[in-house]
Amino acid sequence: MDIFNPIIQVLDSTIRLSVPLLLACLAGLYSERAGIFDIGLEGKMLVGAFAGAAAASVFHSALIGLGMAILISVAFALVHGFASITHRGNQIVSGVAINFVAAGSTIILGQAWFQQGGRTPALQPGERFEAIIWPGADAARDVPVIGPIYAELISGHSILVYFAFAMVPFTWWVLFRTRFGLRLRAVGENPAAVDTAGISVAWLRYRALICTGILTGVAGAYLSMVQNGGFVKDMTAGKGYIALAALIFAKWKPVNAMFACLLFGFLDAASIRLQGTPLPIVGKVSVQFMQALPYVLTVILLAGFIGKAIPPRAGGVPYVKER
Amino acid sequence: MAQAAIELIGINKNFGAVRANRDINLEIARGTIHGIVGENGAGKSTLMSILYGFYQADSGEIRVGGQPASIKTPNDAIALGIGMVHQHFMLVDNFSVLENIILGAETDALLKSSIAKARSELDRLEREYGLEVDPDAIIEELPVGLQQRVEILKALYRGAEILILDEPTGVLTPAEADHLFRILRQLKEQGKTVVLITHKLREIMAITDTVSVMRQGTMVATRETRKTTVEELAELMVGRRVLLRVEKGEAEAGAVKLVVKNLTVRDSRGVTMVDDVSFDLRAGEIVGIAGVAGNGQSELLEAISGIRHAVSGSVMLEGKPIDLTGKADPGELRDRGLAHVPEDRHHVGLVLAFEENENSILGYHDDPRYLKGPFLNIDAIMADARDKIEKYDIRPGNPRLKTANFSGGNQQKIVLAREIEQDPGVLIVGQPTRGVDVGAIEFIHKRLIAMRDQGKAVLVVSVELDEIRSLSDRILVMFAGRIVGERGPDATEGELGLLMAGVEHQEAAQ
Repeated sequence: MDIFNPIIQVLDSTIRLSVPLLLACLAGLYSERAGIFDIGLEGKMLVGAFAGAAAASVFHSALIGLGMAILISVAFALVHGFASITHRGNQIVSGVAINFVAAGSTIILGQAWFQQGGRTPALQPGERFEAIIWPGADAARDVPVIGPIYAELISGHSILVYFAFAMVPFTWWVLFRTRFGLRLRAVGENPAAVDTAGISVAWLRYRALICTGILTGVAGAYLSMVQNGGFVKDMTAGKGYIALAALIFAKWKPVNAMFACLLFGFLDAASIRLQGTPLPIVGKVSVQFMQALPYVLTVILLAGFIGKAIPPRAGGVPYVKER
Repeated sequence: MAQAAIELIGINKNFGAVRANRDINLEIARGTIHGIVGENGAGKSTLMSILYGFYQADSGEIRVGGQPASIKTPNDAIALGIGMVHQHFMLVDNFSVLENIILGAETDALLKSSIAKARSELDRLEREYGLEVDPDAIIEELPVGLQQRVEILKALYRGAEILILDEPTGVLTPAEADHLFRILRQLKEQGKTVVLITHKLREIMAITDTVSVMRQGTMVATRETRKTTVEELAELMVGRRVLLRVEKGEAEAGAVKLVVKNLTVRDSRGVTMVDDVSFDLRAGEIVGIAGVAGNGQSELLEAISGIRHAVSGSVMLEGKPIDLTGKADPGELRDRGLAHVPEDRHHVGLVLAFEENENSILGYHDDPRYLKGPFLNIDAIMADARDKIEKYDIRPGNPRLKTANFSGGNQQKIVLAREIEQDPGVLIVGQPTRGVDVGAIEFIHKRLIAMRDQGKAVLVVSVELDEIRSLSDRILVMFAGRIVGERGPDATEGELGLLMAGVEHQEAAQ
């Protein structure tokens, strides 16, 4: 029996499934490293997905769709900033509120604009991001081992997939090699130190949230314009929360975040692949169990296998100048 | 007189109804060390925060080097050559020394050149001022003395000519404080101006050239240090004559109340902190335990009060043993007449978010006096709190006020009132006057001596040698976990200092 091809297929869908997680996870990394908890990743992804698909379908342009996804997602991030930075509100409450507003408004606006039960019209070619076939991919397909890896795993993804993985080293570089990154990390640990060094805590945190908004916007666009040919209500399906779990799992480090998201993506891909397939020893496993598996493993991994995850020390605490 | 580095003219600052600074005038000469003393809440820190651009004055003028200056943000202050070392360090704990130093003073958008520049600059500062510190060390792994040095380096790196230090010795051991003073003198010799905020008068006398005294938001006096005395400064601070050394009669030691025998305690890393310590405590005497912080006094206190596990040895309270497994019930020990005023009142002694009246019965809330059936008897608790407020002069005298809003000295009085008013047979007090104002120190000392005169047994642990000498009838000196000597109350400072440094101990061992 050929087991090589199924493995390649599972790995290929691992990459596709981990991209939205990875983008959301890095988005969360920017805001949490700056000391702002962001439980609203889910909501921002959702409005990004809706705005992207809606704009792409109206203007017949994938790029306009992506731009709109980022714009709306950043706008929601700024609302979170206004509540939690400027007005020192509770960050969890603000994040949850954003999730509710996102879930409700996308359906209402979708219904009002497109009358398709909250969906956006199916995207046509040119309105979605197409797969990029790398040079020689088809020719190399028949080469044993390396061929399928090149043709399936490396080639044949949309530009957003490559963008997501490129963001990993880029984020590392920003955090640890730039002035912005140094200040961002500092403000998440001890905002008073940043303030007394003569740097505006609020402006720094707003900039971090803008980074978050951009990335959740791209994540949303990926969901509705790459993975799916349009927006479907609640299509984020908890990915924002899984991304937060991955962020803790990764101890707020970009490269770890990539591996964590790939792991969660792999569990997801494996559960899809194994549905209805009889397994050795245990036999046929129910679909529901396989669907639950990634989440069960998430709980187990977070509970026992990551050691001590120390969050940025100032996380969740609004900055108030002490008297 | 040399040219003024800083002139403050008519500074006013209100926080709501509180007038933190009232019409302050101050002139500080270039190249001097100027002290600012005052009780907690006198407005010293507010004044310096205005100078550093952390707050804006409501009115008044600041001149730096003779030029009128507008300081709206710390950036403005830094640009004018003003640096500040805050009481609570403004460092990022998991950053390296270098990263902390360049934060906010980076040369460009990438870190590479900033780090290289900071490394060579640090090298120069190290040679010039003897400020040695490993640039790649992580802050949280450094002792507080070195962390403070990083704060000083931060200010110097930004080109500070005027250095403000807010209560710099509060967290330091005496040796670290001495080292700090050497650094400050060095800075002065290089022409820098140093402003030292403190409420420790000894430090003022030891190191400053001039000193200003603040009381209740006003500047009451400025003196040349060599022409003033500790007594005069204390009187100016408090506004009345203060006894720095409380009068007390001979002790009449009675029956043995507490016996500590061969007590050994290890910390979580397995290091022996208390090493085979034995002593006893009698009714009607105050025994003081002196020592440099970190020589096992804290662990000894915790073991005796049943909070910390002891590896071996025994502690007998009125002839009955105390459970040393670390699982002793503090409530039961209270019932047996042992009261404990912990060293760290913020973390152990008080719930700062509670109202004053709640803290004043904390731990005794099961006492039937404060209960009405299963409920708290609010009337009784309030009456009790008012009574303690009056007796201990706790200010402000509002039992409904949140404890966090009281000054350090008054918080300490709340804890002391709670423990002393239970009329315990044995009172154990850790650092009775840490962070407490001169006026309150006098009061607390009088209270403790009154306890003694009522025939109670009092054990005091303090890192302040003056306090130990003025309170104790017998002085035990701890060094490296052992009691290295016992002296009477007339022991000289030098003699105790040698014991505390372990000198005699080491000679004996050789």
